[in-house]
Amino acid sequence: MPSPYGPKAEAGPPGLAAKLLGFCEELRGEGVAVGTSEILDAFAALEEVPWTSREDFREALATTIAKSQEDRRLFELLFDRWFFRAAESEAIARGVEEGEQRHEGAERLDLDELQEQIRQAIVDGNDGEMRDLARLAISAFGRQGEGSGVVGVDVQRIRRTLGLSAGTQPQAEDGAAELPPIDRAQLNAFERHLRRELERDLIERTSTLPPSRPLAELDRALPTSPTQDLAAVHRAVSQMKRRLATLGNEQRGRRRGATVDVRRTMRTSLETGGVPMHIRYRPKRPRRPEIYVLCDVSTSVTSASVFFLSVLHALHDSFRKLRSFVFIERISEVTDVFEHERDFRAIAQRISSEGGVADVSGYTDYGRVWLEFLGTISDDLDPRSTVIVLGDARTNGREPHAEVFAQVSERAGRLFWLNPEPKLYWNYGDSVMAAYERYCDGAFECWTTRHLENFVNIVAGGVPVAD
Amino acid sequence: MAGVGYLADEPAALVSFLAQRLGKPVLVEGPAGVGKTELAKALSRATGRELVRLQCYEGLDEAKALYEWNYRKQLLRIQAGGEDGWSDVHDDIFAKEFLLERPLMQAIASPEPVVLLIDEIDKTDQEFEAMLLELLSDFQITIPELGQVSATTMPIVILTSNNSRELTEALKRRCLYLWLEYPELEREMEIVRLHAPELSEALARRMVEVVRMVRDLDLKKPPSIAESIDWARTLLLMGAEDIDRETFNQSMSIIVKHRTDIDLVAERVGVKLAEPVRPQG
Repeated sequence: MPSPYGPKAEAGPPGLAAKLLGFCEELRGEGVAVGTSEILDAFAALEEVPWTSREDFREALATTIAKSQEDRRLFELLFDRWFFRAAESEAIARGVEEGEQRHEGAERLDLDELQEQIRQAIVDGNDGEMRDLARLAISAFGRQGEGSGVVGVDVQRIRRTLGLSAGTQPQAEDGAAELPPIDRAQLNAFERHLRRELERDLIERTSTLPPSRPLAELDRALPTSPTQDLAAVHRAVSQMKRRLATLGNEQRGRRRGATVDVRRTMRTSLETGGVPMHIRYRPKRPRRPEIYVLCDVSTSVTSASVFFLSVLHALHDSFRKLRSFVFIERISEVTDVFEHERDFRAIAQRISSEGGVADVSGYTDYGRVWLEFLGTISDDLDPRSTVIVLGDARTNGREPHAEVFAQVSERAGRLFWLNPEPKLYWNYGDSVMAAYERYCDGAFECWTTRHLENFVNIVAGGVPVAD
Repeated sequence: MAGVGYLADEPAALVSFLAQRLGKPVLVEGPAGVGKTELAKALSRATGRELVRLQCYEGLDEAKALYEWNYRKQLLRIQAGGEDGWSDVHDDIFAKEFLLERPLMQAIASPEPVVLLIDEIDKTDQEFEAMLLELLSDFQITIPELGQVSATTMPIVILTSNNSRELTEALKRRCLYLWLEYPELEREMEIVRLHAPELSEALARRMVEVVRMVRDLDLKKPPSIAESIDWARTLLLMGAEDIDRETFNQSMSIIVKHRTDIDLVAERVGVKLAEPVRPQG
């Protein structure tokens, strides 16, 4: 993927600055927007904190570079990896080896004693202790030449040998004192240390760094979003907002009923010695577009509806005057849900549980939806409003009521249809896209974010505006 | 900062330190009630600076945030100085004297350094954010009639956001970022005991544990730190010695404030607590 920030900077002379730049480059590669100003800030911040304290160093970097929770998550993932790798490659370059000293005492150690110490360190949550013990454990077991060479396997093997498991501990057979329970998070921390130390060993043995991989998709899947491209959807929609907002403003002529702006009139009257000779009117603020989005959430579009919901989610972020509806057999307004909930997962869940579209058959009934939509909402529709339908136009053989749809189209300023099916499949089977298409100001296939962007472009490119 | 009644965790302390040293605004995000606004107040107490607060809301415009001309006074000036030439008056009426300072202007123009709190920035429109950019990066405000007003002293700027919408990149770029989470058990205990010193340690621990249990549920509005402090005080007033089911049911409304939440909490947390040993008075 070409970086939007131009070609990679030269690594430059070795040193902290070069390493930091490399780190920023890596973050960019993972999609974190790190600008030059962020990097400058980071350097400025590092002058203020001691770089020898790992926590301070990391926080100072994080606060200047990662500007959202998602960014912060990626930052944490990459920070450890990058600086570990940086340290190791430096060690290789200089031929530094820890040599044998680290294994000192490993023979003398009794397995039971080690086990006890590790258990204690984990329960106490002592980080430094855990790391030292992880090394000891590795050398104690690694000595036997059992290393499989696969780090993940070794970690689990050592953990099992040590008899460590999360949760309450089984009663020891000899009736000894009950062992304190081990916290899952603490155990994970210990495993991380093990993994880190094993990797260090491996690197030292082979004197090469394993190739750096981009973060696995699983690692970076954001906890709040089921779709990977939620951010992309948000980007496209915010673009759309700007375009829709500026579209059609210029045609508005002088209207009757301008209101006098008393304050400004008084101010202008200062120029004429307090006599209000020029009347000032309140400026005509461009009206925010009113948008109605109708989203099909039936089974025939299951795969697409997650995407659609994320589009809706993004739309709500950008537009204030947005009313959203979901429909299957009936239609139901879900504007409230989106306004009170930010977490995408929670929204999806609430819509499925209380959307009120749960119905008898589970099949979409477009005709009925139009009738209901027109019945409940049509009074609010005016030439300024834009209606966007997200659906596949599959009526399951029911009456499409295209003439009702035509009425909706007539009342609304603009009407767009986004269809999650490729154009090829339109009008095959029970799809009645053609019946609706001619009443739309535009009908587009839309199943990727690229299509969404395309839609935005076409809308902005001057599709005839109905008002 | 502990001296002024605010126990900051490591990142918060470091970021506040950096904000002062680098002269950069801090954008604080986090769930409601983790002490974002309190951080700014504590900073102002700790540094001995005055706190200038701008509460944001939808439709906030620059006349209310930056400055406004005091046109009544201008009008009076013109009428009072009838004999003077127009040119005198003309130069005169757009002077600082006729400027009504609003919070942002006030923070900039103050001779003493201040702490400026821009609260709930996510409630405003994007246009307002854009207006803030000049202020945040250069600490100056441009008034067409007067020219630029630059800050004489460097204010500490704290912006808070409840994350109800995505803030623009441009704004984020100019800020340090701090994400506040609910504190660790130990820290929350310290906080509670700082504000309710009479509470015994055992009870405080028990209480914080229960609060954390409640937060783990899927609630409409999880209890904030302020609410756990309130609860601690309530427990003191009730003279409770342990949190059993009865005490909990009586005082639950302090930390849970939604009808549906109350049911959920009573069902999930209430039953885990012990039956009262003896009836409470």
